[in-house]
Formats: sequence, C-alpha cells, structure tokens
Amino acid sequence: MKNMLEIKNLHASVEGNQILKGIDITIKPGEIHAIMGLNGSGKSTLANIISGSDNYDITKGKVHYNDKNLLDLSPEERALQGIFMSFQYPAVIPGVNNTYFLKAALNAKRKYQGKIELDAIDFMALIKDNLKMLEMDESYLRRSVNAGFSGGEKKRNEILQMITLEPKLAILDETDSGLDIDALKIIAKGVNNYRNADRAFLVITHYQRLLNYIEPDVIHVLIDGKIVKTGGKELALTLEEKGYQWLSDNSAKSAN
Amino acid sequence: MSQIPQKSDTFKDREDKIIDDAINQNYKYGFVSNIEQEIIPPGLNEDVVRLISSKKNEPDWLLEWRLKSYRNWKKIVEPTWAKITYPPIDFQAISYYAAPKEKKKLGSLDEVDPELLDTYNKLGIPLDEQKMLSNVAVDAVFDSVSVATTFKKELAKHGVIFMPFSEAVQEHPDLIKKYLGMAVPPTDNFYSALNSAVFSDGSFVYIPKGVRCPMELSTYFRINASQTGQFERTLIVAEAGSHVSYLEGCTAPMRDENQLHAAVVELIAHKDANIKYSTVQNWYPGDKEGKGGIYNFVTKRGLCKEKNSKISWTQIETGSAITWKYPSVILKGNNSVGEFYSVAMTNNYQQADTGSKMIHIGKNTKSTIISKGISAGKSQNTYRGGVKIMKSAENARNFSQCDSILIGDKCGAHTFPYIDVRNPSAQMEHEATTSNIGEDQLFYCNQRGISTEDAVSMIVNGFCKEVFAELPMEFAVEAHKLMEISLEGSVG
Repeated sequence: MKNMLEIKNLHASVEGNQILKGIDITIKPGEIHAIMGLNGSGKSTLANIISGSDNYDITKGKVHYNDKNLLDLSPEERALQGIFMSFQYPAVIPGVNNTYFLKAALNAKRKYQGKIELDAIDFMALIKDNLKMLEMDESYLRRSVNAGFSGGEKKRNEILQMITLEPKLAILDETDSGLDIDALKIIAKGVNNYRNADRAFLVITHYQRLLNYIEPDVIHVLIDGKIVKTGGKELALTLEEKGYQWLSDNSAKSAN
Repeated sequence: MSQIPQKSDTFKDREDKIIDDAINQNYKYGFVSNIEQEIIPPGLNEDVVRLISSKKNEPDWLLEWRLKSYRNWKKIVEPTWAKITYPPIDFQAISYYAAPKEKKKLGSLDEVDPELLDTYNKLGIPLDEQKMLSNVAVDAVFDSVSVATTFKKELAKHGVIFMPFSEAVQEHPDLIKKYLGMAVPPTDNFYSALNSAVFSDGSFVYIPKGVRCPMELSTYFRINASQTGQFERTLIVAEAGSHVSYLEGCTAPMRDENQLHAAVVELIAHKDANIKYSTVQNWYPGDKEGKGGIYNFVTKRGLCKEKNSKISWTQIETGSAITWKYPSVILKGNNSVGEFYSVAMTNNYQQADTGSKMIHIGKNTKSTIISKGISAGKSQNTYRGGVKIMKSAENARNFSQCDSILIGDKCGAHTFPYIDVRNPSAQMEHEATTSNIGEDQLFYCNQRGISTEDAVSMIVNGFCKEVFAELPMEFAVEAHKLMEISLEGSVG
C-alpha cells in the first residue's frame, strides 16, 4: 500500500537550538502510530511541524504527504488536504462561539472539496450526533471557543472537531494529559469509532495509559530528538515497567 | 412567533454571503454623482451666515442664533488636546453650502432627480418605499440638503414628526426654538459653534407623549461635492413615555483632498422616554498612503432631562481619516440611564480619538460605557472618556470597559479615562484590556482550514460582539460587512 506520511531524516531547530536530530517515520493509511517520550524530547515539535507551524527552522530532511512535499503547503492547505492536529494547548478565541467556528472550518473544507456548504440546519443535525457520542452537552455550542473550558472540556472539544472535520491523518498531541479515566475512555471511544482503513493516526503521549484504550500498530520512542526504538504495542508495556531510563542508557551506550 | 428561528437562519446565511461578498473589496462608496449643484464660493464671514439663512428662508431669531454662534466661534480656540495630528485646516478655503439644484419644491418621491435616486440605489439605500427594508423610514441628506424622506405619512398617523431640519424650522418653529441648543449650546466647543453658525440641514424627530415609534428612523448622509464641508444638525425630542430608535449612516466619494464634516446631534429625553441612537460611520477614510479622507469632528450629546429617561448611543466607526467624537449623556433626571457602546476600527493611516462622557447630576443615575478599539496598519486609535459624578448625584453608578486589540506592530492603541467623583456614594468600575491577535489563535484557525484573513475577521467580530448586539438587526449585518472591508489588507 502507498505511504500516507513519509518523514525522512528530519532535522529542525528553534532559535539555533537543534530539537529534532534526524527523524524517520512512515505511516500508511489505516495505521495508528504512537510516539512516546519524555518532556522536551521533541514530540510536540514534530506534531507542530507536520501541522505547519512556522516557529521552527527545518534544517535537513523531508516530509511527504500523499507523495507531495508537505513542507511547501500552508497550514490551512494541509488542513484542507486532511491533516488535523488535536492541540496540547488549544487556543482560546473569546466572543466566537463553537458553532460558528466549527461551521466555518467545516464549510472551508467542503468548499475546498467542491461540496455544497452546509446550512445551519444540516450542520446542527451533524453536530448533535457527534456531541452525543462524546457525551457533551449542547450548551457547549453556545460557548466561546475554549474560553473558560476545563482541561477535559478542551480535549473533548478537539476530538469533536476531529470527528466533525473527518481528517485523513489525525495527530493527537498529548490528548491524554490532564484527563481523568472517564474522560479518557470517552475520547478513546471517539477515536476508535472513527478508525478505518483510509485514516491514520499519530498519537503523541507520555504514558502508556492512553494506549490501553487506543491500540497502536507501531510505537516509536523519541529521546532527545531521535527515535531510539521502534516496535509493536508491547513496547509500551516494557516502557511502563522499565521507564525511559533503560532506553537512554542504551542509546548512550550505542552512541559511545 | 414561530417564524423567528427560521428568520435567524436566513439572517445567518445572509450574513455569511455578505461576508463572502465583502472580502476583496475596497471602499466601494467612492464614486461621484454627476448632479447639477449650487455651491457658494469658499469662505466664511457674517454675510455667508446670512446667505445660508436666507437660502433656507429662516425666521429672524434663527439668523440671530447663527450669528451669535459665529461670533462665539471666532473667540474659541481650535482644540489641540486630542491625540491626532493634521495640517492646519483653512476654514476660509471651504465652501459652506452645496445643494443639488432644485427646479421646484418636491411633492413626492416621484419628483426627485432620478440621478439622485440612482445615487442612493448604488449606495444600497433605495428610497422607493416599496423596495425599502420594511420598518425603516429614511431621510436622505445629500451634501447640505435633505433630498427625500420616506414613510412620512405612515409616521404622521402616530403623530411622529420625521423631516428635514430645514422643513421643521418652517413647520414647527416653536419646537425648534424650544429645543435647539438645549443639549449642545452654541458656545460649547469650537466645532459645535462652527456648526451652529453654518449648519445646512439634517433631521428633526419628535415623538409625542406615550408613543412608541412604529419603525426605525434613519438618516443617510452623503457628501458629494468637492471642497465643501458638511455641517448637519440632528435634533431628536422624545416626550414623556415615548420610545424611538434612530440610525445614521454616512459615505463620501474618494478624493485626494481632506473634507471637513462637523455635525451636531442633540437628543432630549423627557420623563420615562427612551432614545436609542445608532451610527454606522463610513466616511471615506483616505487611501493606503493616508491621502484624502474625511475629517470627522462631531459633537453628540443627549440630555436625560427628567426622571427614568434613558439614552443609549451605539457607534460603529470604520471610516474617516480623523475621527473626533465623544457621544455623551447628561443624566439630569433621577434614575436616568446613559449607555455608550462603541466599536472604532482604524487601518492604514487613520486616526481616531473617540469615547464618551457621562455626567451624573440626578440621584440613582446609571451609566455604562463599552468601548472596543481595533487598530491595524499604521493607525492610531484612542479611547478618551470622562465620567463625572456631581455632588447632587446620590448613589450614582458607572461601569466602563475599554478593550483594544492590535493587528500588526505599527499601530497604536491608547486609553485616557478621566474620572471625577464628587459624591462619596458613587460606585465606579473601570476595566481595560489591550491584546494582540495572537499567533496561536491564527495558527489554531489555520490548522482547522480557516484562512488567516477569515480568522482575523472572525476574531475581530467576536471581539466586537457585545456592541454589535446593540444594533438593530439589519444594521448589525451592515456593520459586520463594514468591518470586513475595513480589515482588508490588515494582515500581510
């Protein structure tokens, strides 16, 4: 099968500090990849670069998405072509309600795909089903985007946007951080219901916990800007048991 | 009532469509109408004042009032305290009267010059009553003269007077004599004194006791002639227990020169009366290099004359090279209420120094000021507000909120709140914020497929929401649309 996302020897820096030091990842449609690593290992940098943030200098390497050079595309172009990121810290937009925001996003996408834009009635029908699945109250739609949201509400909101916008490649950046177990289960349900053969996920996390509910095909362990180990889902359990130290020691040894 | 949700859906769709239409538009009201006009030569002296008065066939007392104002004006020094800069205005280089040439007195709309009707059609203000927005009566002022007033008969049934100011001078001289200058005396300030000397036309509204005006009233001002100033005067009187909602709109052609607009608006609210005054100001702002545009020096003041009266100002200021205006309320009656809701948007080289004054005299008087300033390009946007609690104003309350948002790093936002409290029972609250449109907000919108331009307008409209909510619905759409146009090119 064709590759959806191909990252080769990616190097990136911020203000002269090298953060990514040669990343190789290949994701095919239908796959779920997890990236695990400690704070500061470069996980979020990778997610932001794929989404199109211009806060980073890409010093070496390439990123291809459906055989196109992803790095040439603007963030909105990437979004319109099916890349979605669930933000670790979603932005707050006071005064703009969730309905308006999500409808604008959905219709931007539909317009791009040459589909008819949804009117308010069809949009509400769609969104109500999605809200129900994520056990969210309808009053949420009238609130301003992420304004005064609890941590859990913000993450649920990201997943609601994801299932409404139907991306091809969804990146979940620490979607589990700060969530209680019930919220985590609901979010995992949202993701699992949404899995299919055409869609891929890149799940970024600290902890093995989330991977109990969203089962990955491949796990990459990122330490200090490099992938030090790639394996199957059992790798998460090993990490849970031995911690990251085990791999750091390994990588230190092999570097020597 | 079951129709209402339906209506708001179409409203939303209409709103979306208008936003789409508006993107990639520049100032679209910049055309010049080719209409035969009578313009008096530039210059200002007592003879000019007499000439204007005689053209309007005014009674002697009004001529005297004008002359007194003119003599006052000569003594007053032009104000320099505002945070605006401009080359000195040569008041002798301006023509103080321009009017479309009239063949005869108009009996009905059918007799209005078709070119004039066409001008208003182009502006999106059809004067044909059948085609109009239902429930809005319009007075159209072209340069110095009112050219048409719609729905006069319908309003007369309710005893509501809505007519050009000059006509009211002829038909209701007692009312004009009684109320003219009551809220803004000719001695008030430099520009109001100038207006009092040379004002040309404007609108007069009178709502009788206990009447709730059955439709929105609206005046649409258009500057067309070059090298002229526009000096209109609006007077609204609401008798005891009456209600009225009034809206003014304004546009002008694109010209390289700067043109002066110095209007005066006076509102008088009697016992239990309620006046809502909304402005969508879209005078030509000048080009991207700051050339041309209207100098908008306007005095607006309301008098809550008796108890339980209420005056509410809402303004959407997007046009003009310079805006200098402070719609105010004198809260004289006990329990009276004053409100000011403002969105001032500046782009390119525009300068705005605007805000409000609330003067509390009566007991239990209450005022609210909500000001939203948006600065983009190289513009300067200043909020200037004064809240004064007089000794007599037992238990007065004020709430002021001034928020500014900056787009880009070459513009400025400034806040000058003046607070003067002379009664210890007063409760004052003041909040102010300044923020940038954050990179994180834009990236978030982009990552959802929303372009930067759409994201900026979405964020700005969200920022202004509280104020837009105060506008009558048709005009909320208009305001939304205007913001889109004004934001054009503000993000690189």
